[in-house]
Amino acid sequence: MNTLEFTALVGLGSLIAGLLGSLTGLGGGVVLVPLLTLLFKVDIRYAVGASLVSVIATSSGAAAAYVKEGFSNIRIGMFLEIATTLGALLGAFLAIHLPADTIAIIFGLVLVASAWVSRKPRSLVERNLPPDPLATRLGMNGSFPDGDGTRSYNVQRVPAGFSLMFVAGGLSGLLGIGSGALKVLAMDQAMKIPFKVSTTTSNFMIGVTAAASAGVYLRRGYIDPGLAMPVMLGVLAGSLLGSRILVKAETRWLRIVFSVVIVVLGIEMLYQGLSGRL
Amino acid sequence: MAVEKAWTDRRIENTVGNLLRAGVSISAAVVLCGGIIYLVRHGLAPADYRIFHGEPSDLRSIRGIVWGAVHRRGRALIQLGLLLLIATPVARVAFSIVGFAEERDRMYVAFTVFVLAILVFSLVGSS
Repeated sequence: MNTLEFTALVGLGSLIAGLLGSLTGLGGGVVLVPLLTLLFKVDIRYAVGASLVSVIATSSGAAAAYVKEGFSNIRIGMFLEIATTLGALLGAFLAIHLPADTIAIIFGLVLVASAWVSRKPRSLVERNLPPDPLATRLGMNGSFPDGDGTRSYNVQRVPAGFSLMFVAGGLSGLLGIGSGALKVLAMDQAMKIPFKVSTTTSNFMIGVTAAASAGVYLRRGYIDPGLAMPVMLGVLAGSLLGSRILVKAETRWLRIVFSVVIVVLGIEMLYQGLSGRL
Repeated sequence: MAVEKAWTDRRIENTVGNLLRAGVSISAAVVLCGGIIYLVRHGLAPADYRIFHGEPSDLRSIRGIVWGAVHRRGRALIQLGLLLLIATPVARVAFSIVGFAEERDRMYVAFTVFVLAILVFSLVGSS
């Protein structure tokens, strides 16, 4: 395959990944690395580098639209970014020292786990919780537009959320994914932050988290311009297209299909990693 | 007081939104330009990413990337675009410091400076 054909095919694959990721809200980054390693036979280190770059692009693009709506809470985001960026640095250093097979196995496990988490119904966040002293000191409690007026919320269990965010950052840095699902889980389930605030704040944080490990990746030579170019442009175009279409009625089926794809890719990554074929 | 604070937050968020959009658009444009140059020159060469070699040193440092981009090298231009993309959230964090300082929120200025320090360390740090 010559470079022109390779670029066109990778670009098309990335566009589809970005489109599906945006339509289902599951993120495109999670299928990119398996796509590149399993289908295009790209070394997992190059794949992770290219994926990380595309994660920054989609997160920043989407965050640009979200921040103006007034849902995201920049104080919660900034405080938790301390945890995610430290985790991302650790993840990037681990990625440099761990063998490719081990990374593939961890990737497979994370894929299967994320599909599992996304199919479970969310337990609804209780409203009108009493203020937590630590969250109050950190100025995290806020409000957001809800229907006619605004709804306020009190953030709970900051240490638990902070720890989960460190793990989310580590996985992001190690695997080149956004870890959006885990970030939302940390905020909406552990810290009891309303779902809409959690998702938009998470999106806001993904770009900063990915930037923390992307610097390490770039300096270590893991980001190849010839590969990252079609991946970044493809995913960005796909996610922009996805946000335009927004066929709400069909997303439920799309989510199920996409979850199945994620599980299959996860098992394949596990198999390849365990049999040492990557 | 509460109203005024909310207003400042909204203003910061609007500017941040514009900053993010501009960063992504500019970097995508630079990557596209570099990509066209790269494909015109090397489009027919075989593509092989099976074995990891690591990038050459001039595509790994900010200095090398800028030098290559000035000389209109396709791969260096793409890399410059990616560097601008990585810099976008960094600029967002840096801008938030100004926002929190305007609100006289010393605690959050400190948090934000810490996050910025991690990001800068990642990009230019030792090794």
